[in-house]
Amino acid sequence: MIRQCAIYGKGGIGKSTTTQNLVAGLAAEGKKVMIVGCDPKADSTRLILHAKAQNTIMQMAADAGTVEDLELDDVLKVGYGGVRCVESGGPEPGVGCAGRGVITAINFLEEEGAYEEELDFVFYDVLGDVVCGGFAMPIRENKAQEIYIVVSGEMMAMYAANNIAKGICKYANSGKVRLAGLICNSRKTDKEAELIGALAERLGTQMIHFVPRDNVVQRAEIRRMTVIEYDPTAKQADEYRELARKIVENKKLVIPTPLTMDELEELLLEFGILDEEDESIVGKTAADEAALAAA
Amino acid sequence: MQDVETIKPGFPLFNTDEYQEAFARKRVFEEAPPREKLEEVFQWTTTEAYKELNFQREALTINPAKACQPLGAVLCALGFYKTLPYVHGSQGCVAYFRTYFNRHFREPIAAVSDSMTEDAAVFGGQKNMFEGLENSKVMYQPEMIAVSTTCMAEVIGDDLNAFITNAKKDGRVPMDFPTPFAHTPSFVGSHTTGWDNMMEGILRYFTLNSMEGKTVGSNGKINIVAGFETYLGNLRVIKRMLKEMDVDYTFLSDPEEVLDTPTDGEFRMYAGGTTQDELKDAPNAIDTLLLQPWQLPKTKKYIEDTWKQPASSIRIPMGLSWTDDFLMKVSELTGKPIPESLALERGRLLDMMTDSHTWLHGKRFSVYGDPDFVTGMCQFLLELGAEPLHVLCHNANKRWTKDITKLLKDSPYGQEAEVYVGKDLWHLRSLVFSNKPDFLIGNSYGKFIQRDTLHKGKEHEVPLIRIGFPLFDRHHLHRDTTLGYEGAMHMLKTLVNAVMEKLDQDTMTLGETDYAFDLIR
Repeated sequence: MIRQCAIYGKGGIGKSTTTQNLVAGLAAEGKKVMIVGCDPKADSTRLILHAKAQNTIMQMAADAGTVEDLELDDVLKVGYGGVRCVESGGPEPGVGCAGRGVITAINFLEEEGAYEEELDFVFYDVLGDVVCGGFAMPIRENKAQEIYIVVSGEMMAMYAANNIAKGICKYANSGKVRLAGLICNSRKTDKEAELIGALAERLGTQMIHFVPRDNVVQRAEIRRMTVIEYDPTAKQADEYRELARKIVENKKLVIPTPLTMDELEELLLEFGILDEEDESIVGKTAADEAALAAA
Repeated sequence: MQDVETIKPGFPLFNTDEYQEAFARKRVFEEAPPREKLEEVFQWTTTEAYKELNFQREALTINPAKACQPLGAVLCALGFYKTLPYVHGSQGCVAYFRTYFNRHFREPIAAVSDSMTEDAAVFGGQKNMFEGLENSKVMYQPEMIAVSTTCMAEVIGDDLNAFITNAKKDGRVPMDFPTPFAHTPSFVGSHTTGWDNMMEGILRYFTLNSMEGKTVGSNGKINIVAGFETYLGNLRVIKRMLKEMDVDYTFLSDPEEVLDTPTDGEFRMYAGGTTQDELKDAPNAIDTLLLQPWQLPKTKKYIEDTWKQPASSIRIPMGLSWTDDFLMKVSELTGKPIPESLALERGRLLDMMTDSHTWLHGKRFSVYGDPDFVTGMCQFLLELGAEPLHVLCHNANKRWTKDITKLLKDSPYGQEAEVYVGKDLWHLRSLVFSNKPDFLIGNSYGKFIQRDTLHKGKEHEVPLIRIGFPLFDRHHLHRDTTLGYEGAMHMLKTLVNAVMEKLDQDTMTLGETDYAFDLIR
């Protein structure tokens, strides 16, 4: 039985880096893994392949005229630890429909039998927000059933995580897709682990692992490598291996209970991320305030 | 002007001076180019140089020889008992499917859409699905709703499985109400892909989770999947042959009755079709035979993987030897002998082929249509000693190209044949101008090629023989048969008489060519 997992999270939070390091951790343990990049930027597999950017399904389909003229071997590359890599790709910014690209790419992979190989895990690395039906493709029935959200202690990252949880509910009620946990990719904000732990609890899930910040990640990345491959003895490599182990053993799959905006703000207030809003100053210009002070 | 006492149709009414003058004024108003210029451009489009340019076309399709996925999905769904084809997407698409079938079958076609509009494009079509399913069930009382999609729903990524399940959880239709579905984006494949997808969706719905206790061969039947089949006679002839063989069968999708309802005062929205019980029992059959295997890869895979039936490889049973193969395969699978009646019918076909072969031998035909039809037609032409010249299929793949090329090259009559895949009827027009066949074989759209070739000169005219889909400009041809010995007889009759008809036309000039205007041919 293949376990299919999708990684979501706010743009720039470190989804691709985390995914590839975690996958490298799984591969190092002998697991057979495939990464499916679902982002037009196509940067989900570069650390595994040591490549600038992999040829994407959509780019090759456009060159060939139609996706029907592609073969699986054209688009599937094998990298570190036997990890199989595919990038869906998509249009340039501002034109076309990237969501449809994800649908086309995943359909292509299914039809070409990419999932029929012996695999333990498939990881979908999906673009920031679930902005349209196309980016929800990886969590449709019979695809990813475990969703991990990469998050940090920053306010916007937590907003995004909560929104993604809302998106999961849309599909969880009709199918088997479940929230499997939050991965905290540390930004060294105050009380970060506690905060994400609390958010996880409110969402009905868990913080599966707290990944500390470490410059070795950047050093590895410059070499287009994961930490696991670049320096397996590094402390950070242990962290990713630990995350991998926890995911292998993870049984806590839930339908999330997303927070309302007010609830989320309360939580942020509690941890001092957000200041109490002073209703009396809303809409007041500097001149108004000066006049008030003078009065 | 039109006179109420003697109403005339557009032709010849528009030939009167009054209309001709109006047309001339319209040309002035529209600043139409002079007739000489039009003629010059027309002649240029018939040249080799234009053909070269035409085949360099990259992005534009002119007169496609294929239709879109949900059209096929609707036809597939129509073949099930009390089943309403439901298309999730925009309304205009479904109006097109209905009129397309109306014009071919001359029957009302029941199919609904959930009318997605601008707001649905932004917010997703779940709300439309909720109301659509609920209304359809209440209004039209189907026992199954088979859902497919238009491009619009596909581009925004609507998830049918989630939407339908959510609609059921919301109480719009009961949980156990059958709602098989298939994603049918038209920017992928063609109408045959849509038929295949819908069939797979229906088989999946009724059998995927109930395979326990199913045993291949236990019901002693043969399942037949006809694919995108638009000849009523073909559905009937396959049934007749199986009956004569005393073979019990199930047609998976059988629109024979709903596409041929009588005028007897009762409107039948649903008629006949494969029942749900037959569907559920289908995995127990000895095997499932796909009459048009090139268009049914998903259905075949499902039958092999889930039902564990062999889905024995056959060719479309068109022409003499492939009908032989079909009957022998059925005999092999069921152990039932081929009866004398069919042997007799075969002998009669062979007799007809011998009677007519002098007229068909060496005649050159350009054929276009769906992959299985084109393959079967070429095979039959080769059997007749006729020569396929241009073989054009808009919706086939590379494997098909290899297969048919081999078929043609293995016969002395196929040596000159040229195979074109992914090309349209505007390409075909160029081809017949530069290398003239005796006849075109295909659907009604070929009539425009005939008109254009005639315009270049009588000696360039390529008459169209109407076999295929759609057939809009002749009545009742959809009742004919093209499969089995019976179908071969019918096609032979059509082909050879087209040759005679053309010869009569060419030799009918009194005192000039009528030395060959023979009574006996």
